[in-house]
This record gives sequence, C-alpha cells and structure tokens, in this order.
Amino acid sequence: MSVTADRVSTVAAGFDAARLSKDFPALNQLVHGKPLVYLDNAATSQKPRSVINAITRFYHEDCSNIHRGVHLLSERATRAYEDVRLTAQQFIHASNPAEVIFVRGTTEAINLVAQSYGRTQVQAGNAVLISAMEHHSNIVPWQMLCEEKGAKLHVIPMNNRGELLLDEYEKLLTPETKLVAVAHVSNALGTVNPVRRIIRMAHERGIPVLVDGAQAVPHLQVDVQDLDCDFYAFSGHKMYGPTGIGILYGKRRLLEAMPPYQGGGDMISSVTFEKTTYNSLPHKFEAGTPNISGVIGLGAAMEYLTCIGLDNVAAHERDLLVYATEQITRLPGVRVIGTAKEKTAVLSFVLEGIHPHDVGTILDQEGIAVRTGHHCAQPVMQFFGIPATTRASFALYNTEAEVDALMRGITKVQEMFA
Amino acid sequence: MMPESRDIRDLYQDMILEHSKRPENFYRLPDANRKAEGFNPLCGDHFTIFLKFDNDTVTDISFEGSGCAISKASASMMTARLKGKSKSEAQRLFAQFQRLVTNQTNEADDEAVLGKLVVFSGVCEFPVRVKCAILAWHAMMSALDQTSAAVSTE
Repeated sequence: MSVTADRVSTVAAGFDAARLSKDFPALNQLVHGKPLVYLDNAATSQKPRSVINAITRFYHEDCSNIHRGVHLLSERATRAYEDVRLTAQQFIHASNPAEVIFVRGTTEAINLVAQSYGRTQVQAGNAVLISAMEHHSNIVPWQMLCEEKGAKLHVIPMNNRGELLLDEYEKLLTPETKLVAVAHVSNALGTVNPVRRIIRMAHERGIPVLVDGAQAVPHLQVDVQDLDCDFYAFSGHKMYGPTGIGILYGKRRLLEAMPPYQGGGDMISSVTFEKTTYNSLPHKFEAGTPNISGVIGLGAAMEYLTCIGLDNVAAHERDLLVYATEQITRLPGVRVIGTAKEKTAVLSFVLEGIHPHDVGTILDQEGIAVRTGHHCAQPVMQFFGIPATTRASFALYNTEAEVDALMRGITKVQEMFA
Repeated sequence: MMPESRDIRDLYQDMILEHSKRPENFYRLPDANRKAEGFNPLCGDHFTIFLKFDNDTVTDISFEGSGCAISKASASMMTARLKGKSKSEAQRLFAQFQRLVTNQTNEADDEAVLGKLVVFSGVCEFPVRVKCAILAWHAMMSALDQTSAAVSTE
C-alpha cells in the first residue's frame, strides 16, 4: 500500500498531535469566532484528507458498479473494494478475508447477527446476555429477538466505577444462555471491558460471544483471533472513516451456517422462480450494490491509522486522559462518571447544579464541541441516577492545550451559574 | 447560518438564571384536576404540569421535574404568567411564546402580550434550544386539553 504525501504528516519524527491535526481539514476552522476544539470523537471523528481524497478519487476516476462489469472501470472499482477487505482482515487480524462483511455500521452488524444467527439459534426459554453499559444498538436488537422468540434478556451488572462484575457474569452463564453480546469499550463511560476473559469464560460453557467494538477500534489494537471472539462489530466513522460503512467480523464456521440477512443482487449464485442458491461468503451477506465509496474511504482510514500506529495513538490518548482527569478533579463541583481502572480517553462528567445541556451550549460558544445527553445509553444514566452527562471524548489529534481550553470553558460555565 | 455575533448572555439572561435556580410554583399541586407530562428523551428533560382548572380559569398551576436552565426557567415563568388566565388566553400566550422563540415576531407585539417572558427572545439564536424553552408549554396545553399522553418537543 502506497503512502502518498497527503496521508500522514509525520510519525517518524515522533508523535505530534498538533501536527497531525493539520491532516484534518474540518479541524482548522473558527466556531463562534474561536478555534474549534473538537471533543466529540466518540460520536464521530473528523476525517483526514487522505480519506476525503480517496472518496473523491473514486468518483472522479473509478466510479462503477462492482462484481458485475466486464469493463475497465468496474474492474478497478471491484479491485479497490476487495483490496479494502484484505486491509480490514489485516487491521483486525482475521484469519480469512471472507470473514469480513461490509455493513452500514455497528448497528447493522449487530442486527445482522440478531436476525440471522439469533433467529436460528435462540428459542423460547433461552437467554441472551448483555451488559449494563451497552449502547442502545447492543440492547434493542436483542430485545426484539427475545420478544419474538419468548427468550429472556439478562444483564451483567457493573459497579459504581463502571466496571463489569465478573463474578455475577459467571452466574449468568447458564445452560439457557445462547449468546453473550458485550461492548469492548463503553461509549458513555470509556470503560475497557476485559473481553478476552469474558469470551474465555463464555467459551468454557460453549457460548459464543459478539463484541461491539465501535468505541475500541479507533483507540486500541484489535486482534480478533487473539480475543477469540465469534463476532466483532464496528463502524468506519468513529475511526476517521466515512459514515454509512462498517464491518461485521464473524468466524467462518458460524457465518457459513447462518442464513442470509437480506436478499437481493450479489448475494446469489443462481436464481430461478423455484429456487435461489446463495452466494458464498462474504457475498452472501452483502445484498445489493454496497457503499463502494464508503468502503474505499474506510480503507484509507485504516491505512492512516496503521501508518500512525495504534500503539502510538493509544499512548497519546492515555496521556491525554490522565492529564484531563487530573485537571478536572481539581475543579470544584465536578463528578466524573466512569472511573474504571481501564479506560479509553472519554471524560463523562456532571457539574453540581448545572444541567449538561447548558454546559454544552456555553462550551459551544467557546468553540468547544462536546456531547451532552444520555449517549444512547439510558440504562447507564439510570444506574448513576442522572438524566444526562457532558462527555468530552478525545482522538489522536487532540492536545493538552485543548484540555486546558475545556477546563477554562467549564470554569466559565460555573461562573455563569454561580 | 448561525450569526457569529450571538452572545451567550442573550440566551442566559439574569432573569432566566434566577428562575432556574429558584423556580416559582415548583411543587406538586395537591388539588390539581388536570396534569400532563412533558419529556424530551434525548436531553432527559422531564416535567409534569399540574393545573387547577375551574370555570374556564386556570385558578392554580405548578410544575415538578428536572431539566436544563432554559426549560426550568420557562416552566417557572409560564406558571407565574398563567395563573388566573382563561383557556383561550393561555392558548394565545402559548402561540405568541412559540413565535417568540422561533423568531417570527416583532418586539412591540411581544412586549405587549408576553411581558417578562420576552427574556426568552434570545432562544431563537440557539435553534437546538427551542425545544427546551417550549417543553413546559406543550405539557401545559396538553393538560388544558386533558390529553393524557406525555408530550415531547424533540
């Protein structure tokens, strides 16, 4: 894979977040007259020029449908699309490219497993086990499945630091449990769950595990073979890629046995009005013309991250989290929500007597973009007895100076409400 | 396009901050004969409006719940303004307030009809906060019409 000039500013000279931020055109702008401080990365990250250019280049030069045409453009588009499957295979260390299914995002990946694997494997009286810190996208598809089948949805509890209780988890691994679905990293709290151990414990009882990796892949090295997960779902747009594209990894043995999720073109081998023979993996699960430019953009994003090195990203973000946590705990009237020992750079907090919505509006006026609300994790908010939090979530391009700007912003909010 | 010149204090005026910290009529009305909930699930804003409505008059009104400063101050000032008003007067105020926060009015009209409620005129510069300002009002209208379902302005 070639590294063109617009790919990565420089990593060889040492990790320099401020310099890397120049790779992201949207970061270099004023918001309400102030330099943008973008701290809403857990919602979506900004996109580097290499990703934007890869998408533009596809539409300028290679735009064509894939897997069908005999003409040159279709050949080029097909090659570019399938090359990303290989890039993705390497990126998550899958054993086979056929285990990489392109989907719209994490939500569709989980729905695919719920509708295909779930509907064939989960029966009345069975249980699906999720955790107390799941995003709604890893709750609702299982609720729908359980309702349809007359199965139960069980929940692994957590402590008040936002860590899963593994003793309780073990008790919930019953003979009725047909699947465990758990977040690798919590979007609302930043907790990194011990998924390797969670998977091993489930496998000891013959239970497969789906990991929601949406909040993990942008921040830490993922190796699906080392984890030994059965399914791993993630989105492109949180890892510097475009929206509307994501990946479902599944073990080949399981995917082979699963019925198709959607029917249509590309997922068939032959069709008569009497019978359709389904295509082989991975095409069986990719009905219709896919998001070709999205796949190509995602490929560029994975190359970008690989060039920088996820270990470098993780180290930088760990430093940022330590610094931000130190700084925020010095401020009065602040309660940090999510204080797990293992965390990614997510700082969720509430200010005494001030609603997160007001915090968000005032920070926005200072050019600081944060997320306020329940973060699509209402059960987490209920657990902590709060309606919402303010969440600052960091990416590879954020700096300590931006943490300082956030702290000044919080102080300004507190002064206004004093 | 958002005007660059908007000032945060246009939104958070002193009177709004004051009402959000010390809201008026912030309790459960014991002899209410109508009530309705307003709930914006994305923000978590959640209010219940209690009405005592007799002979076409809001003889008493109160609210309970939690939300941001804008939604809470709006609920507080609304209850203060509506006491003693008829249903049609309440409906007229609601319509005028809605026009105010969505910037479809002129100042003279607002002052005459809305009085102190014009402190919410800054909300129109912050489009995502309109739903906060209007939540209690929708709940109040729902209570007046005695529709039992919870309302949302999201």
